[in-house]
Amino acid sequence: MNPFTLVRLPTLDAARERVSAEPQRRTFRAGGIDLLDRMKEGLDAPDELIELHAIAGEHGARMRGIAATEDGGWRIGALVTLGQLAGYDDLPPAYGAIKDAAGNAATPSIRNGATVGGNLLQRPRCWYFRHSDLLCLKKGGYECLAVSGDNRFNAILGGGPSFIVHPSSLGSAVVALDAKVTIAGESGLRTIPADQLFAPPTVDPTREHTLAPGEVLVSVDLPPALPGQRSAYHFAKEKQSQDWPLAEASVRCTVEGGVIQDLRVALGHVAPIPWRSKEAEDVLEGAAPSAEVFAKAAQAALSVAEPLEGNAYKVPLAQGVLRYALHFATSTPLPA
Amino acid sequence: MSGPSPASAPDAILLRTSINGDAVSVAVEPHHTLLEVLRYQLDLIGSKQGCDKGDCGACTVQIDGKPALACLTLAVHAEGRAVTTVEGLGDAHGGCHPLQDAFDRHDAAQCGFCTPGILMSADSLLRRNPRPVSRDEVREALAGNLCRCTGYTKILDAVVDASEVMHGHGSDDAKKEVAQ
Ligand SMILES: Cc1cc2nc3c(=O)[nH]c(=O)nc-3n(C[C@H](O)[C@H](O)[C@H](O)COP(=O)(O)OP(=O)(O)OC[C@H]3O[C@@H](n4cnc5c(N)ncnc54)[C@H](O)[C@@H]3O)c2cc1C
Repeated sequence: MNPFTLVRLPTLDAARERVSAEPQRRTFRAGGIDLLDRMKEGLDAPDELIELHAIAGEHGARMRGIAATEDGGWRIGALVTLGQLAGYDDLPPAYGAIKDAAGNAATPSIRNGATVGGNLLQRPRCWYFRHSDLLCLKKGGYECLAVSGDNRFNAILGGGPSFIVHPSSLGSAVVALDAKVTIAGESGLRTIPADQLFAPPTVDPTREHTLAPGEVLVSVDLPPALPGQRSAYHFAKEKQSQDWPLAEASVRCTVEGGVIQDLRVALGHVAPIPWRSKEAEDVLEGAAPSAEVFAKAAQAALSVAEPLEGNAYKVPLAQGVLRYALHFATSTPLPA
Repeated sequence: MSGPSPASAPDAILLRTSINGDAVSVAVEPHHTLLEVLRYQLDLIGSKQGCDKGDCGACTVQIDGKPALACLTLAVHAEGRAVTTVEGLGDAHGGCHPLQDAFDRHDAAQCGFCTPGILMSADSLLRRNPRPVSRDEVREALAGNLCRCTGYTKILDAVVDASEVMHGHGSDDAKKEVAQ
């Protein structure tokens, strides 16, 4: 790993200003799990790491805490670890999808260091991107090497010109739960819908999120739960543990008078961004929950898939994962 | 410091931490990981450098009692915290932790490279759950520790056995309960 200077600044503004002054040379460190990995591979070589953990005061407390908000929602600080979130029993079951996503990501040791903010902002795992000798589209090259290469883990939805899958397990959960994110920028704090945090590769294939250089993700803000709100997260991995998901699904809904309402469906690890599936939502909104209608919704969700040569298997896999999540969210028994 | 610019030769930082119960002060480079400082500055070579990128778990230590990957933890992160490595695992047990004894009895180590990391993950599980644990709990706790020799069966047996020795029928714990 290249030598660097560690900078601890006690205020959010000072940290932000430090990075925005020279974003090419300086970057934030949260848990450092993704950043150090990239630095060891030689993909990044910042000469200053600004320690987000050093931020003190009100902002520091907000970034480190999980708390109910005045409007009845919940705020999860960007520096909360995945382990803390997964073990936080006071978070109402209505938000179960994000707890389950956190608790199933990576491994217990990694979850003790990895933070919520770092998880949402980590760089992709595509092996062409992670290989220090290869210049792919994400690193300023001319083409996405996955297109003609081994693309078994790449995108089946929304791909092009880059075909990465978004690496964050929290991604589909924050989108399905209709969360917002609070960002500290030049003109203070602003709050945007979580799905606007993620940028498709059509905007700028070298970036996965919309934060300006030097901006800090402060918290994930969960809206007040709807009366009777339920949510669920499900995934499929090649190995049962310590593996990246091949497909994930998060679902939020209510079931009123025997029909599904307020449904949001998002898929993970199938597209360059956490993938909101309006197709599935259209099939299910107002329908009575049943295995048959879930199968129809899953088919609709993946009807827009355009798999590459080596990843067509992800289409039925994602359908199955989504069907499970729908069964769990609505407490509908699984078919025998 | 004279010589090269600060960007290419950052100053060393004095790290004050506790390692296996001992107060330690050591000058560390900001870019050195906890694993590098343990192994190459402090001669604590029990924690292993395997993949060096979070995949294998051979470097697992405990920071404030929780398992952590020393290869992806900057050494400075240990400032003011308590680090436990496999070298300190038996300290409270007369030198040999019941887990180490069970690994020996069950032949749960073959080449042994993964064993220190596995012991540290397993110990953290047993301290969170001071009772006999299930195989599923052990599987989950060891999800980040790869072993390429044993096929895991004997490791699972050993951890479950150690939890029973420590907290099950006939253990000191159980005897204490009966006495009350
Ligand atoms: C073996 C293994 C398996 C894994 N499996 C999974 C998995 O199944 N699912 C999953 O989701 N992840 C998985 N991961 C990835 C891991 O979860 C991420 O690397 C981790 O969550 C990153 O968080 P961090 O706090 O360490 O981020 P860091 O490495 O500190 O930061 C990541 C990036 O975000 C920036 N950043 C961090 N926080 C902020 C902030 N608040 N504001 C602005 N910028 C910020 C940093 O500058 C950096 O560029 C796995 C990793 C490994 C090694």
